[in-house]
Amino acid sequence: MNRLLLATAIVALYLLHQDFWFWSEARPLVFGVLPVGLAYHALYCLAVTGLMWALTRMAWPSHLEAAAPDRTRGPAR
Amino acid sequence: MIPAVIVFAYLALVLYIGIFAFRQKAGSAEEYFLAGRSLGPAVFLLSLFGTNMTAFTILGSAGHAFANGIVTFALMASASAFVIPLTLFFIGTRMWALGKRHGFMTPVQMFRDRWECGHIGTAIFAVQAALLVPYIIIGVMGGGTALRGISGGVIPYWLGGAIVALVVMSYVFFGGMRGTAFVNTFQTVLFLSFGAVALIVISRGMGGFSAAMESLLASPATAPLLSRERISPWYYFSYTFIPLSTIAFPHIAIFCLTARRLGQFKRTVIFYPVCLLAIWLPCVFLGVAANSLREVPKIEQKLEARAALAALPPSAPAADRAALRRQAAGDDVVLVMLETFAPLWLAGILGAGIMAAVMASDSQILALSTMFTEDVFAFYGGKERFGEGVQVQTGRIFVVLLTVVAYTIALRAPQGIFDLAVQYAFSGYSALSPLLVAALFWKRSTKWGALAVTLWVAFAVIYTSQVPGALAWGGLLPVVPMTLISCALMIVVSLITPPPSSATVGRYM
Repeated sequence: MNRLLLATAIVALYLLHQDFWFWSEARPLVFGVLPVGLAYHALYCLAVTGLMWALTRMAWPSHLEAAAPDRTRGPAR
Repeated sequence: MIPAVIVFAYLALVLYIGIFAFRQKAGSAEEYFLAGRSLGPAVFLLSLFGTNMTAFTILGSAGHAFANGIVTFALMASASAFVIPLTLFFIGTRMWALGKRHGFMTPVQMFRDRWECGHIGTAIFAVQAALLVPYIIIGVMGGGTALRGISGGVIPYWLGGAIVALVVMSYVFFGGMRGTAFVNTFQTVLFLSFGAVALIVISRGMGGFSAAMESLLASPATAPLLSRERISPWYYFSYTFIPLSTIAFPHIAIFCLTARRLGQFKRTVIFYPVCLLAIWLPCVFLGVAANSLREVPKIEQKLEARAALAALPPSAPAADRAALRRQAAGDDVVLVMLETFAPLWLAGILGAGIMAAVMASDSQILALSTMFTEDVFAFYGGKERFGEGVQVQTGRIFVVLLTVVAYTIALRAPQGIFDLAVQYAFSGYSALSPLLVAALFWKRSTKWGALAVTLWVAFAVIYTSQVPGALAWGGLLPVVPMTLISCALMIVVSLITPPPSSATVGRYM
């Protein structure tokens, strides 16, 4: 179920990148300076961060670590 | 000269960090080329991000936005913010695990093992290396241009390029991957703070940005810069294919092997979009806002050149057109804005931030050296015959040779050629990304499918660079057909050729 939800979210966010609805609009200027198309894509980056957080929480491939021996010694730097 | 002095102090600090600050005994190839696969989470995130940011990030993004408007952010930053973390999540983590398990140090080693091939791996190496060289040359050129700009022309281009090449070569030579990663971390912190500081300083100097935006909206010539009305939706869609190139870049793929634990990918995957936002949003915004600064003579000259270029009849000589294009280019608009609005000492510190982004060729030089020593020297018996110590020394000699060749070419060739080569290389690496997907996720993929993709990419890059408009079908950028044809070739050729042994496939799936 989680996987289906995440796959749907990935497709949805890809489609949300193709935002034809703000194609020819500069107004409103968000905070009085940011054209709406630019503000939208700044917010989009934050939404992607949310998706990545969800991916690492719900679909992290931890089996890969178990299958990979630690060939290093000493603390990480 | 104050900014130049600060930049030299910065270069000295970079040299210290790269060579001495985190030096470890670099006896083994794994330590020199991959920092012993032991990088921690903060260094991994910042260095990976810094490795992928080039001179284009600060200078080129502002210049592109100066000419094309806010669409620059959606084309290059938010598309990358979506695609790059996904490729790190799905592909980077798997490459890391295979590297730990089987000791791979380059993608070609993995391809050779996965598809039970030898010389086909050499063909992949050759195409990857050929596509990477223009980046290294551009890095040297960027260093020369930036140092000349920051010193107000006191340091000539040839000397600036030589200084930057020497500094980069030294810490790559002595510090290997560990030195390079720590320098990249320091540089990333510096240029991440650059955007915010530059925005505040320039905003104060301009008395805020509201008036600037209103004046741009009031003019029919500049109002389209604040929307995307000049861009075709197909062109816009095509740009989402370009970030596929990132994971196929050898320096990024190799860097994925340096993490100590898989968990280190988590923060990188989550914070990559935020880092992109922090550096690209100010640069794009400043580039657009620069269009309102008609009272600044250097910017006014650019705007006049742009207007003259637009009014040029189609029959005008190509040389005139090229000259106007050069005058209208906005790659230095942020430098001009800082020169106008920032105090000298701050301009120096911000200049160091620009140098941090310009000096991104380090990881590419190291990656090419790693590929040469592992995929050619070691594969064809050099490691067995001469030992691991000689292999590391060969890698170091390769670093010196590569830097000297890149510097020599940078002095003689016009930058435009390599700017174009880099554009074609992006499409080439995107079209190579199906190799990674097939190797990691498709049992039935074969070495012949991999060879077909490699030959197609080599042909397509040469073809599109020689024939204007080639593969730009239906308003798409060539990267879309190139990548889709790569996928089709991998599928069709693999299905009609024998797969690798089930024992080999079993180690991957």
